[in-house]
Amino acid sequence: MKTNDLILQTITKVIVFLILLFSVDIFFAGHYTPGGGFVGGLMTSAALVLLLIAYDIKTVANLFPVNYIYVAATGLLIALVTGISSILRHKPFLTHAFNKHVHLPLFGETSLHTAALFDLGVYLVVVGVTMTIIQSIGEDK
Amino acid sequence: MSILHWAVLAPFIYTLLIPITYKLLKRVHTGWFVLPLPILLFVYFSSNIGTTSSLQAKIASIPWIPSLGIDFAVKLDGLGMLFSLLIAGIGSLVILYSIYYLDKDKEKLNQFYVYLLFFMGAMLGVVLCDNLIVLYMFWEITSISSFLLIGFWNNRSNSRYGAIKSMVITVFGGLSLLAGIVLLYLMTGSFNISEIITSVQQNSIISHPLFMLGMICILLGAFTKSAQFPFHIWLPDAMEAPTPVSSYLHSATMVKAGIYLIARLSPVFAVSGYWLWIVSLIGIITLLYGSFLAVKQVDLKGLLAYSTISQLGMIMSLLGIGAAGVHYDNESIYYIATAAAVFHLVNHATFKGSLFMMAGIVDHETGTRDIRRLGGLMKIMPITFAIALIGSLSMAGIPPLNGFLSKEMFFASMLNIRDFNMFHLDTWGVLLPIIAWVGSIFTFVYSMILVFKTFTGKYQPEKLSTKPHEAPMGMLISPIILVSLVVIFGLFPGVLSNTILSPAITSIYGGGVYDLHIYHWHGFQPELFMTIGVIVFGTILYLSVTKWSVIYQAIPVVWNRIYDWLFGETENTFNKLTNKYMTGSLRTYLIYIFSFFTLILSYTLFTKDGFKIDTSLLAPIGGYEAVLSLVLVISTIAILFSKSRLTSIILLGAVGYTVSLFYVVFRAPDLALTQLVIETVSVALFLLCFYHLPRNARKKESIPFKLSNAVISVLVGLVVMLIAIASYSTKLFDSISPYYVDNTYIKAAGENMVNVILVDFRGFDTLFEIAVLAIAAIGIYSMITLRMGGKKNENK
Repeated sequence: MKTNDLILQTITKVIVFLILLFSVDIFFAGHYTPGGGFVGGLMTSAALVLLLIAYDIKTVANLFPVNYIYVAATGLLIALVTGISSILRHKPFLTHAFNKHVHLPLFGETSLHTAALFDLGVYLVVVGVTMTIIQSIGEDK
Repeated sequence: MSILHWAVLAPFIYTLLIPITYKLLKRVHTGWFVLPLPILLFVYFSSNIGTTSSLQAKIASIPWIPSLGIDFAVKLDGLGMLFSLLIAGIGSLVILYSIYYLDKDKEKLNQFYVYLLFFMGAMLGVVLCDNLIVLYMFWEITSISSFLLIGFWNNRSNSRYGAIKSMVITVFGGLSLLAGIVLLYLMTGSFNISEIITSVQQNSIISHPLFMLGMICILLGAFTKSAQFPFHIWLPDAMEAPTPVSSYLHSATMVKAGIYLIARLSPVFAVSGYWLWIVSLIGIITLLYGSFLAVKQVDLKGLLAYSTISQLGMIMSLLGIGAAGVHYDNESIYYIATAAAVFHLVNHATFKGSLFMMAGIVDHETGTRDIRRLGGLMKIMPITFAIALIGSLSMAGIPPLNGFLSKEMFFASMLNIRDFNMFHLDTWGVLLPIIAWVGSIFTFVYSMILVFKTFTGKYQPEKLSTKPHEAPMGMLISPIILVSLVVIFGLFPGVLSNTILSPAITSIYGGGVYDLHIYHWHGFQPELFMTIGVIVFGTILYLSVTKWSVIYQAIPVVWNRIYDWLFGETENTFNKLTNKYMTGSLRTYLIYIFSFFTLILSYTLFTKDGFKIDTSLLAPIGGYEAVLSLVLVISTIAILFSKSRLTSIILLGAVGYTVSLFYVVFRAPDLALTQLVIETVSVALFLLCFYHLPRNARKKESIPFKLSNAVISVLVGLVVMLIAIASYSTKLFDSISPYYVDNTYIKAAGENMVNVILVDFRGFDTLFEIAVLAIAAIGIYSMITLRMGGKKNENK
């Protein structure tokens, strides 16, 4: 029996963006309010999973043509490089640097922090790991 | 490094040449290349006789592990000289003999000579090293090389059995010796034998609590190596070795390593009456037992093996009696026992070496060593017969051969015991000469059997596989030299007594020169009558041997049975035991783990008085907490009693969501968020697993009830709970969290303290946690996509 997923697919098209936005928000707000790379990454994966449910694996793979293992590897690399960069500044491994008052042309006064880069690494690893697991299980017959 | 060091190491270095000569010069027997080394060593050692006979010792030492007190110290004194000459001298003769005995095309000669040289070097190390640890090292090398030589024909199962047996027994003794050495170190603070003896003379260690233990450990080492009762069983089985090996290792040298050790350490332990009694009793029992069983043997080498055991027992008992000399200064009457021991040591090496070579010749020329098939070889092999006759008569103690002299001295020292009024020797000691005398009668009997059953009587050519003829001259040289020594030492014992024997005795007990005179004629002393008695009764017993040898059928081979039983039973028992507890079932292992966990924890908690309840630190319980706890408890219990797996999964999800609600209540928003998402994912994965279960396994069934499981799980829960309560009630110091509260914004520019701790204060943990996640993903990916063999992934 062929099912019609029209309602699901239409709703998904709207909701995926909301979830993605929320996940990005959670990711960036992590240093000041609850959230961070881990939950943000899980949320992003949740959006992708919703896509997987509404469409099929091939469609999603065409939509996001990435190998998620590379995503996880990139995340690990970013986290590691963030740590190593502090050694170059003659500080112990993983000593973060920050400036609370940076004036950027578009954002105004902004706080920049290398912890965000580290969190980005976490984010990418979580997305990569979750998607790798779900995709490999899903593709398996 | 002195020349003495090089002398010990020379055989080891020389082994490097053997494979080369064996490969390059195939047409020459490898033994010819080996022969110069022991001769050179013999010449070197003999050139030092002047030093040792003037009671000097050549001493040299190089540090090896100085921080542990281990130096490669060598000392050539009278005793060391005696043994070195034996090792190098008989070594040369044995190698010469082996050149004719072993076929250069059929045998792996390179292996043989490497093992033999290893043994020679190790044996020199044992007798020359002054440091006990280095001595022990060489001691074990003798065990290992003996193992290799016994198993030289390793395609025969008997060889392998004999090799393993000797290895097990001598290594058992070797380890015990190591323990003894360590105990001796604890008592005296030195590994150096000379230093130990000096320190023992200054303050006796006999009252030290470790004295007995150390003594027994060292005695075990010596007794196993020298095949003393009841550790003698490896020696007859070691006769599977090639005959040159039996002749060298198992009669002249290795089996005397234990005797060397006893002689060397006598000054340390001889003050104790136990030492005297144990050494002489074990020795005398071995003498009787070995000579008694030798009569029963039908194999020439078997007979010689038991004879060796018996003679070693005799030397051992003499050393034990000689220990009495320590208690009586200036009375040479007790030193006569030590003199007899040392003298007989030399005599035994000469006549036993020649007898083994004789047995090898007979075996080589007739194809059998079975006495029942041999006979009447006297006319065919006259030289071999002469060798056998002289050797056997010396072994039996017939004048004028050297065996007679040492046997007379043996009886004399056994009789001297009566005058010794310590350690009950004046009463019970009278047993010793009687046992010795009986043992000597049997010695006479088997010596006669050895020579007359082989060479006289009826010639039975039909029972022999080859047509016998006299052995080639090269094979006869070594035994002829040895029996010549038997005669020379018998006729002119003076050549030995002042050059070699007397310094050896001095180095055993210290002090000055012992004026040692060995006479043939003592006058009508009791020992003469004992010898006459031995000859008379021995002849009677030999002539009637067929009549009384039936008693051997009544005597079971006890000790070999015990050894085999021990081996078999140990293996069986441990097999059964292991099969019993290693069931292969994970449930059982978990039971072990959890039972151990509860036992140890509850034991510690209550014996160390660790349990404590302190309510002052507790926070008030709110309504939310109460409700959530109730939900949590109900769903947890419901999991246990649910009838289907699906219910369990959903209840597990309920537990997870309740936990995240707890996080909300306890104000941990990050945890709550993560817990919610992760719980969702894991429940989805559980469902996936459930969906893919085989249809019949998906059948609804509740968890079967097992009382043991219930008891253990309740106990685990209880113990964990008690420990949690106890540890919460004993807060020893304040938490470090105020630091984070104060510095999150100042030092790390963040306000979400959890996140700042995760990425900044303790980001190192996080780094590896994401690594764990990545590994998990790669693991799952490779488990699913990479399927080695079996069915290929059809989707790809």
